[in-house]
Amino acid sequence: MKPIRKQRLFLIILMLAGLGLAATFALKAFNENLMYFFSTSDVAAGKAPTNAVFRLGGMVVKGSVERPNADLLVRFKLSDFEKEVTVEYSGILPDLFREGQGIVAKGALDSRGVFVAEEVLAKHDENYMPPEVAGSLKKPAAQP
Amino acid sequence: MSWIPAPVSRFFHRTSSPPYFYALADRFIPWLTVIFLVLLGAGLYGGLYLAPTDYQQGDSYRIIYIHVPAAWMSLFIYVLMAVMGGIALIWRMKLAEVMLISSAPIGAGFTFVALVTGSLWGKPMWGTWWVWDARLTSELILLFLYMGVISLYGAIEEKRAAARAVSILALVGVVNIPIIHYSVQWWNTLHQGPTVSKMDKPSIHVSMLVPLLLMAVAFKFYYLIAVLQAAKLELLKRETSSQWVKALLEKQA
Repeated sequence: MKPIRKQRLFLIILMLAGLGLAATFALKAFNENLMYFFSTSDVAAGKAPTNAVFRLGGMVVKGSVERPNADLLVRFKLSDFEKEVTVEYSGILPDLFREGQGIVAKGALDSRGVFVAEEVLAKHDENYMPPEVAGSLKKPAAQP
Repeated sequence: MSWIPAPVSRFFHRTSSPPYFYALADRFIPWLTVIFLVLLGAGLYGGLYLAPTDYQQGDSYRIIYIHVPAAWMSLFIYVLMAVMGGIALIWRMKLAEVMLISSAPIGAGFTFVALVTGSLWGKPMWGTWWVWDARLTSELILLFLYMGVISLYGAIEEKRAAARAVSILALVGVVNIPIIHYSVQWWNTLHQGPTVSKMDKPSIHVSMLVPLLLMAVAFKFYYLIAVLQAAKLELLKRETSSQWVKALLEKQA
């Protein structure tokens, strides 16, 4: 390689390294803001804002979904397998909402410590399989 | 360049000469088109007809046969553009500049398709068209980067200078690529994590995976066809006054 080309190559590598470093620091600094939602453990640990709107993500606890009244109000527990938070929401739930499914809810904590959601989004997982396969996967799990 | 074998280096030197490249592209495009159509047909048939429905999403998941390959292409093309930019800056190779600028609209198109199909899927599945999570936002920034490359190139009259500016922009933007790819692992996002590129076995059933990979390869061939055609046009525009273009025109007249 000619010296001038070597020099240009070196400059480009230097530029990319500098950019990479800058991006890393910037992302580290904004890490909190880039999180789309808080986990239920964050809420239990008091890391989530108490009188502001934020998003809460977790798995809908199996058997916890209940509809206390005849209206659209639905109450369920969210969990990250460590802590649970009760969520109340009245509105139409997305297709993928079901027990054991991950969701992200937007809302705020009220004085009872219940998360009152104004929006519920389903979080899809990365698994794709035909129903037969899903059925055969569930069977061994059912008999411990 | 002692560290590159002589035949390889000779091949690159020859290919990088515009008339040779133009003729080569002409010869390859029909073959590439045939391969593309076969792969596309097989991928669509496999994905839309043979593949079973998903255990949770039913038939709606089939949008992955467009969405996922398009999103992969949007990253792949940008990385290629950055490599071309590097070559253009270091070796001042004209063909690399042409390939870089010809790739930009195609990459922008794939990014747009990925964003739109994702949004269409997101409404019924997540319950929203759009959220500002890390994955979606960084992919949107990628679209802006592509558009920045296209408009910067268009804004500078002198095309060699324009190509140099664009090469630098392409190289700068490449920091966004790992951010897009790892966004779903580094942060909590609404977008799901990676399915196929996981180190252990992919979490997608093989009957659904095969058509997906076929579509991904088909999209690569589509890119090749599109970029060669765009590069041919760009070469003609840039070299209007050169001898080989005149000879080509006379031959066709």
